[in-house]
Amino acid sequence: MNPPDAALATTSAAPAIAVDGLTKRFGAFTALDGVSFAAGQGEIMGFLGPNGAGKSTLIRILCGLLHPSAGQARVAGIDVARQPEAVRARIGYMSQKFSLYGDLSVVENLRFFAGIYSVPRAEMAGRIAYAVAMAGLGGQENTLVANLAGGWKQRLALGAAILHRPPVLFLDEPTSGVDPESRRRFWELIHTLSGDGVTVLVSTHYMDEAEYCHRIALIARGRLIALGTPLEIKRHSLDGELLALACADLGRALPLVQGAAGVRDAALFGSRIHVTVDEAARRGPELEALLAARGIAGATARPIAPTMEDSFVSLVGKAALNAATSANAAGARP
Amino acid sequence: MTPSAPIVEAREVSKRFGALVAVDRLSFAVPPGEIFGLVGPDGAGKTTTMRMLAGVMRPDGGQIVADGVDVLAHPEQAKRHISYMPQRFGLYEDLTVDENIRFYADLFDVPRDVRETRAAAMLAASDMLPFRKRLAGQLSGGMKQKLGLTCALVHTPKVVLLDEPTTGVDPLSRREFWQILYGLRAEGVALVISTAYLDEAERCDRLALLHGGRMVHCDTPAGLKARMPGAMLEVVSPEPRRARDALAGQPGVRGVLLIGIGLHVHVDAAGRSAGIAAALAAAGVPVSEIAEVAPSIEDLFVALLDNAETPA
Amino acid sequence: MKLRRIQAIAVKEALQIVRDPRSLMIALLVPLMQMVIFGYGVNLDIRHIPLCVLDHENGQQSRNLVARFAASNYFSLRRAAGSDREVAQALDEGDCGIALVIPADFSQRLNDGGRATVQALLDGTDSNTANIAAGYAKSVVAAFSAAAQLDAVQRRGGTLQTQTPVGVEARVWFNEALESRNFIVPGIVALVMAIVGAQLTSLTIAREWERGTMELLVSTPVQPMELMIGKLLPYFAVGLADAAICLGLAVFWFEVPFHGTVATLLFTSSLFLTVVLCIGYLVSVSIRSQVGASQVALLATMLPTTLLSGFSFPIEQMPAAVQAATFLVSARYYVEILKAVFLKGAGVVELAVPILCLALYAAVVVVLAARAFRKTLD
Repeated sequence: MNPPDAALATTSAAPAIAVDGLTKRFGAFTALDGVSFAAGQGEIMGFLGPNGAGKSTLIRILCGLLHPSAGQARVAGIDVARQPEAVRARIGYMSQKFSLYGDLSVVENLRFFAGIYSVPRAEMAGRIAYAVAMAGLGGQENTLVANLAGGWKQRLALGAAILHRPPVLFLDEPTSGVDPESRRRFWELIHTLSGDGVTVLVSTHYMDEAEYCHRIALIARGRLIALGTPLEIKRHSLDGELLALACADLGRALPLVQGAAGVRDAALFGSRIHVTVDEAARRGPELEALLAARGIAGATARPIAPTMEDSFVSLVGKAALNAATSANAAGARP
Repeated sequence: MTPSAPIVEAREVSKRFGALVAVDRLSFAVPPGEIFGLVGPDGAGKTTTMRMLAGVMRPDGGQIVADGVDVLAHPEQAKRHISYMPQRFGLYEDLTVDENIRFYADLFDVPRDVRETRAAAMLAASDMLPFRKRLAGQLSGGMKQKLGLTCALVHTPKVVLLDEPTTGVDPLSRREFWQILYGLRAEGVALVISTAYLDEAERCDRLALLHGGRMVHCDTPAGLKARMPGAMLEVVSPEPRRARDALAGQPGVRGVLLIGIGLHVHVDAAGRSAGIAAALAAAGVPVSEIAEVAPSIEDLFVALLDNAETPA
Repeated sequence: MKLRRIQAIAVKEALQIVRDPRSLMIALLVPLMQMVIFGYGVNLDIRHIPLCVLDHENGQQSRNLVARFAASNYFSLRRAAGSDREVAQALDEGDCGIALVIPADFSQRLNDGGRATVQALLDGTDSNTANIAAGYAKSVVAAFSAAAQLDAVQRRGGTLQTQTPVGVEARVWFNEALESRNFIVPGIVALVMAIVGAQLTSLTIAREWERGTMELLVSTPVQPMELMIGKLLPYFAVGLADAAICLGLAVFWFEVPFHGTVATLLFTSSLFLTVVLCIGYLVSVSIRSQVGASQVALLATMLPTTLLSGFSFPIEQMPAAVQAATFLVSARYYVEILKAVFLKGAGVVELAVPILCLALYAAVVVVLAARAFRKTLD
């Protein structure tokens, strides 16, 4: 008998995660406001959002740790509000503060979590060996976890989270504070798991990591403000087009650029100014001419593709603006 | 003194912890008005370097000069012009925003009126004026970071050292944070910043790539990108894992990275895309697009470190 | 040294103390509780020793003697035994601490002007109690025989003036009632202040290490001495409040007679407080974890103060080597000072030696504590 495969078989028809109108209120504060989305089997879905946007609340509800105030969520086909225990047996969860025991060795930690998830004894050795191999910790089985480097710990934590072969994996900022090479290895693992049919829901602050996801959900103030592939998000988020402007005196140039026609936003970015304009082909030469006229030498503007961070900032900024206007409208009412 | 003379300089600085060489004869110089980035994996020596520059850790060898003062010979004198923001910034969470600022201002002997105007300006710039009476422990991560910076800058330092200041801070707050740093740069402050966010590294004027305590490369972000050996290809495919397997061992392929929409393939030279397309077609992998893309700093970092590890 | 920086640290530290009212309450309540517990617990006076009497005579004089025993606070009559076996049983069972055996010819011998002897049997399992009980018994008997002698003389028609002139009368000064509480309680004040004082400061540096605020602090121009003074000042205020609580309890609750001046008390207590606060600070500087620092501070103050300060065990009765060690225990000087201020009303001049010793001690600890703090992460 192979329970994980059976679990996968039952979920293959329905989406692995189905969220409909999910709302969570803490007193007067609405942490999550009518969020709906679905994730298919084997999909890697990234959750981006500012601190306190509601990412952790969402993940906690989906793990059955918090009860939603309204709406419904099914994970691996199971209603999280009705059968939280059943959900917990079918998911793996890993947070940036994942609590591995520093004073236990790699294998002792894995044995502990295998016990917690009641992995059958007969399968335990095999699963632990798999987790060790997957995490690239071969040869380190008896090392104390406290002596592992950050990236290794993260991979071990992931290994511990998949010991019971969950069809759905929740990763809450898993790579926070891990160096780039380790992060790449970590993402290789996530893609491997995804290839095996595991649905992965991951929240992150790293904009470049968002590109590793199949789809991205952007959350701000408890609302889902954008959902799509990285390409879609980048293409449609920006209110206009982006120019990278290089010139001599950045400090003097910036206010001039900010005040120029067709410029929606301008901010320093390294030794350049990133300018959002309505039409790059037209405004680029205009800006070059404007700066030259004001005696700022060497101004060259070239169109660039927006980065994920540009999209993020633009989308979150718009959401904040909308919230402010609706709050003002609400305040104006008697 | 010419304006481009360095304001912080490390010469052949080394630090050992037992048998481990944490920093190995590191040398660099930062002129006023420059943001100098230290980039590298865990254990590359970023934090140790920062601590030595700040005068809170003694190097085993070498020399550090900050604003004309020998940091090793006169650490206390040097500290007056240095502002250091450690990874775990020393905010007192049981003190209010104002009380934290006043504490650090007093330690640096900042006159009260100067402190008031400076603090007010900085808090206004970071949208924190309404929170002056709030306990630091009740601020969000991004606000804590901005308060940390305000405290660190209240004595108008000439050298600012920031050790991974934006770890765990969301992009919006990071952007505001960087606008403050650009303001300092315009005032002629020399900034040294270490970061694990490589997209952030692109905002620096110059970057030092550290590995195993040594400086592997040091250049502007554009200069570093020009050193990228070979090229980066983006392969859009619904079956990235099969594509990766098909490309393993192909001539000219140096590395493959799975991304959401397909693969990033690091090839040894431009003009490899035809060969890649053929290999994928031969393996029956559906491909909708192959295009050369600009390498990110992270691509570069991984490629250059691979090179550094394989001796020439 | 810059006053500005000391002030900055002191203000910050004071705010942190005020922001944590629970810890502040503990800092003020703990000495109160310790004073009460120790004050009642450590009491060397022995009262109401159960007494068993075997009166073979059962005459007027013997009943007088028994009445005197019963009337004293030291003994309480528990049992009148009928036989020697009963006496032995009472002592065996621990029913009585002392048994008084009065011979049948007691009155007769007294009336004959001869020497009458009564026998006191003591339970020696607690030799200390037995000794004290024996002493009390002797004094009761002595008082009785003095009265009996006077009585006999008067009955012979003599007067008091012609009474045999040689009599030794011991008078205890300074602690007329010979209440042990009167010299124990000042010692307890020293003990409590030593423990609480070191605890107060033992956490201040360790806390900054644990919360990650220290790395920044050492990167500022603050000097070790400034840091120490700034940090100690607010705790000095808390410590003075503790001292006031302890001393107030000693005077108003335990009613220890106070013959000295408040000024002397304040001065010497401040000196001792400085020493213990600096010891706590020294511990805090050396040990970077709060739990470890707190435990070491407790160990470093409580044990030597309890054993070697002379508050419970007289220093003069210790072996020479141990006596020498007591000079390293700061509380020893404070105990000496407190006893003298309370019971003798001694002033600064009379206490010059212990005060100088304490001052020297303070100076050494201050320098050690300031030096122990290194402005580096190595």
